[in-house]
Amino acid sequence: MAEVSAGGPLERREAVARLLAGRDDLLVITGLGSPSYDVMAAGDHPGNYYLWAAMGSAATVGLGLAVAQPARPVLVITGDGEMLMGLGGLATIALQRPPNLTVAVLDNGHYGETGMQASHAGRGLALERVAEACGFPWSRAIADSAGLDTLRDRVAARAGLTFAAIKIRPENPPRVLPPRDGVHVKNRFRAALGYPTS
Amino acid sequence: MTGQEPDHAADWRRDVFRGLKTAGVRHVAYVPDAGHATAIRLAEADPDLNAVVLTTEEEGIGYLAGAWLGGQRGALLLQSSGVGNCINTLALPACGGFPLLMVVTMRGDWAEFNPWQNPMGQATEASLKLMGVMTWRADAPDAVAPLLHGAATMAFEGNAACALLLGQRLIGEKSWLK
Repeated sequence: MAEVSAGGPLERREAVARLLAGRDDLLVITGLGSPSYDVMAAGDHPGNYYLWAAMGSAATVGLGLAVAQPARPVLVITGDGEMLMGLGGLATIALQRPPNLTVAVLDNGHYGETGMQASHAGRGLALERVAEACGFPWSRAIADSAGLDTLRDRVAARAGLTFAAIKIRPENPPRVLPPRDGVHVKNRFRAALGYPTS
Repeated sequence: MTGQEPDHAADWRRDVFRGLKTAGVRHVAYVPDAGHATAIRLAEADPDLNAVVLTTEEEGIGYLAGAWLGGQRGALLLQSSGVGNCINTLALPACGGFPLLMVVTMRGDWAEFNPWQNPMGQATEASLKLMGVMTWRADAPDAVAPLLHGAATMAFEGNAACALLLGQRLIGEKSWLK
């Protein structure tokens, strides 16, 4: 049996800040829990939409946004547990194949929000292989800064549908809470794109 | 899908598709279903629509919220059994104020041959209401177009979750003969 790899060496806040550094026209969707805190810690932004529920939906929200906004890069940042609840969405996304969409999973192999129970990813399931099997043309595990830089460049270039399992350490940094008013954040997001908010 | 719809039934089936187009829908997310076969076929063939086949219905709620963030309207076509799959995800339109237009073909509703469809079919409308979705029922062909127009208006003008239920009596009794 292959060696089980629960998470990896990267620090989650540094990894997310590196991915978002110098963001220009990037739009970001976050999955509930720690990934939302990580994105918030890197700086609130009108081009962010933070999910606080609907577990399993982050990637499909990103899909709808990417299809509607083909000229903008769209980055989904979620956790391994949230992604596992919507695995079928990877098949749906791969069929649509928007070249401006990246699904980045912060994979620590654990459910950090609920007491660090091991997830399927922490017990041997390789999410990047699932995405590859679904038809993602580029899907990799990333465990170093050079890999993050490559990923950031792909995102900005809208270089093709991308999946990344970013291997982070299983730890919970202090929470940095994004706004919980989903209507406000939606209106702010749409206003930034030039759409009416009522 | 097999065969073609009888002529007398074709109008309301096309009314579903026409109603979506008139409402400005650009995205049709669906799980394959016999009752929606006409709308699905027309959506897949329409170059101005993005037809999105899902593995499970709640994916469509996320997808349509994303499309709305990006400035575009869509609709979700599903069967009553799929409403059960959507329940927790209905928090997304409820908390984000996203419009959601659902068109639901009913099973376990009238002259149902398969009793395993009955529990969810009987709970469909109540479940939607419990999650804050407004509902309308069409049981006659001439009710489909006006009720779909009404549901779409209240979804997109009111940032509300709205479902039109297409009754099993409208859709017709499923034949189990080979």
